[in-house]
Amino acid sequence: MGSIFSFEDGFLFLRSIQLLGIIVIVSIDVYQCYITMLTEIVEKPGLIRSGQVSLKVNGNPVQLNLLPWVSLLDAIRDHAGLTGTKKGCDHGQCGACTVICDGKRIVSCLTLAVMKDGSEITTIEGVAPEGDLHPLQKAFIEHDAFQCGYCTPGQICSAIGMMKEGKAKSREEVKELMSGNLCRCGANTNIIDAIMEVQNQDAHE
Amino acid sequence: MNNFDYLKAGDIQDAIGKSGSCTDSSYIGGGTNLLDLMKYDLAHPTTLIDINHAGTQDAVTETENGGLRLSAFATNADTAWHPLIEEKYPLLSKAILAGASAQIRNMATNGGNLLQRTRCYYFYDANVPCNKREPGSGCSAILGYNRIMAILGTSEHCIAVFPSDMCIALAALEATVNVEGPNGPRSIVFADFHRLPGDTPELDNNLLPGEIITSIDLPPQGFSDNYSYLKLRDRNSYAFALVSVATGLELDGDIIRNARIALGGVAHKPWRVPEAEEFLVGKAASEENFAQAADIILRGATGYQYNDFKIELAKRAIIRNGMMALHPETQLPGALPSA
Repeated sequence: MGSIFSFEDGFLFLRSIQLLGIIVIVSIDVYQCYITMLTEIVEKPGLIRSGQVSLKVNGNPVQLNLLPWVSLLDAIRDHAGLTGTKKGCDHGQCGACTVICDGKRIVSCLTLAVMKDGSEITTIEGVAPEGDLHPLQKAFIEHDAFQCGYCTPGQICSAIGMMKEGKAKSREEVKELMSGNLCRCGANTNIIDAIMEVQNQDAHE
Repeated sequence: MNNFDYLKAGDIQDAIGKSGSCTDSSYIGGGTNLLDLMKYDLAHPTTLIDINHAGTQDAVTETENGGLRLSAFATNADTAWHPLIEEKYPLLSKAILAGASAQIRNMATNGGNLLQRTRCYYFYDANVPCNKREPGSGCSAILGYNRIMAILGTSEHCIAVFPSDMCIALAALEATVNVEGPNGPRSIVFADFHRLPGDTPELDNNLLPGEIITSIDLPPQGFSDNYSYLKLRDRNSYAFALVSVATGLELDGDIIRNARIALGGVAHKPWRVPEAEEFLVGKAASEENFAQAADIILRGATGYQYNDFKIELAKRAIIRNGMMALHPETQLPGALPSA
C-alpha cells in the first residue's frame, strides 16, 4: 500500500496491454482474410457477378447491387434497410418473412432477390400510409393478437394476401389458409379473431 | 449456401443451351425446395439457371382431346384455383391445396412440385449416412426413427418417401409429363416418371440431365362428380402426409364403373395398384369392397418398426376416402376426414 500501483495492479496492467495487442493483431488478420475473400468473390471475372436489382418497395424505387445468393428477405432487411420483415427460420416454415410480391403473399426467405428484379414488394412498413394503421393492424391491437410480436408483420402481410385471394370465407378456411404463419406465443385464436373481424367488416362494406 | 452464378433463360432452348455449357448447373423455378436444400448444403450448384420466364405462366390451356395442359412454369396456387381445374379436376385442386402453405403455393411451380426431394430427416442431416445423399454410405432410416418412412416399394438401400400431394392426384388422373431436353422433346406417362429406390436411391425420377419439364397433360376424365383427397398427418395443416389418398370414381347408381386410387406418404413414388381398381369395377361403392381393394393395394407392405402403423392407417384411409368420394360436397379445407 502507499504506492499508486501495487504489484498485482502492475501485473494486471501489463497483461491487459499484452492481451489487447493480441486482440488487435488477430483482428487485423481476420479483417485482411475477410477483405481478401470478398475481393476474390466479387472480382473474379466471369465466375460470380453482382448485379443491379431494381425493386419497387412500398411504392419507392430501390436500386440494389447484390450478389446472386442474397435472398429477397436479406435484400429487404440488410440492403434496403427495412427491418419490419422478420427472419424466423429462414427455411419457409414459419412465415415471419412473408411479404406481398406483385400482389401475392410469398415467403421472402425462399427466393433470391435477383429473381425478383422489377417486382413490386409491399412489406409491413407499407401496408398503411405514414402515421396511419391498416384495419388489420388496428384489429390485431384490439384483439390482443400478439405477445412478442415477432410473427406479427408476417401474419398481417399474409392476411392481406389471403383477403386479396378471396378464397377463405369461414373461420375454418381462414385457419387453413393462415397455417403458413406460426405464432409460438399462442396468440393464434386472437389472430384469427382479428382477421375474421376485418374480413366481416369488408364483407359488409 | 455456396456461392453460385445466376443466369436468366429467355426460352426453353436458351435454358437447355445454358445448362449444356455449365458444369453442375441447376434450373431454378419457384426455388422453394432447391434454395432450402442449398441452405442445408445438400445441393450446391455452381450456376443457377432461372427458367421462370422460359415458358408460359398461364396455368391452364385446353387440349384438342378435351383434356387440359398445365404449364410447368405456373404456380401451384394459380393451378389449384384456376376455374377450369376447380370445375373439371377438383381432385387435383384439393390435393394441391393440401400441400405446403399458401405462401409457398404462390411460389412453387408445377414442374418443381414433381421434382421436390424427400423430407426424410436422415437425408437432411449431413452428419449421418444416407444412400440418397451419398450413394453407398448406408441408410440411417431403416434402423432409425422411421415414423414418416415408406412401407411399399422400399429397398435395402432406401425407405424414403416422395412428399408431394399434387403428384398423388396427378397419378390418379393418369397425367402425362412433357419434357424438353438436349435430345429433343418427349412425353412420360406419370406412372413412369418417378422411380422406386432400388439400388439407385440417389435418382428420384427418370428425367435426364439437362431436361426441363415444360407441361403436364390431363386426360379428359377428371372424376369431378365423385372424388376425394384425404391427407392424414401429425398436425392438421402445413405438414407432410403420413398417409394420403386420392380417389376418383365413375359411378352408375351405386355401381362403380371406373375407379382410381393413388396413395401418398407410403412410397418413393405415388402408389397405384391397377389390380385393386379393376377389382372395384362392377361392384357397389361400399365399405366392404373398398376394404378388399385396400387389402390388394397394401399387399406386400412392410413396416420398419416406427411406421408399422401406416399399413393399417393406409387401409382405413382408403376405405374412408372411398366413402368420402360419394359425398365430395362435404370435403373440409385441408383435406381432413369428413363425414
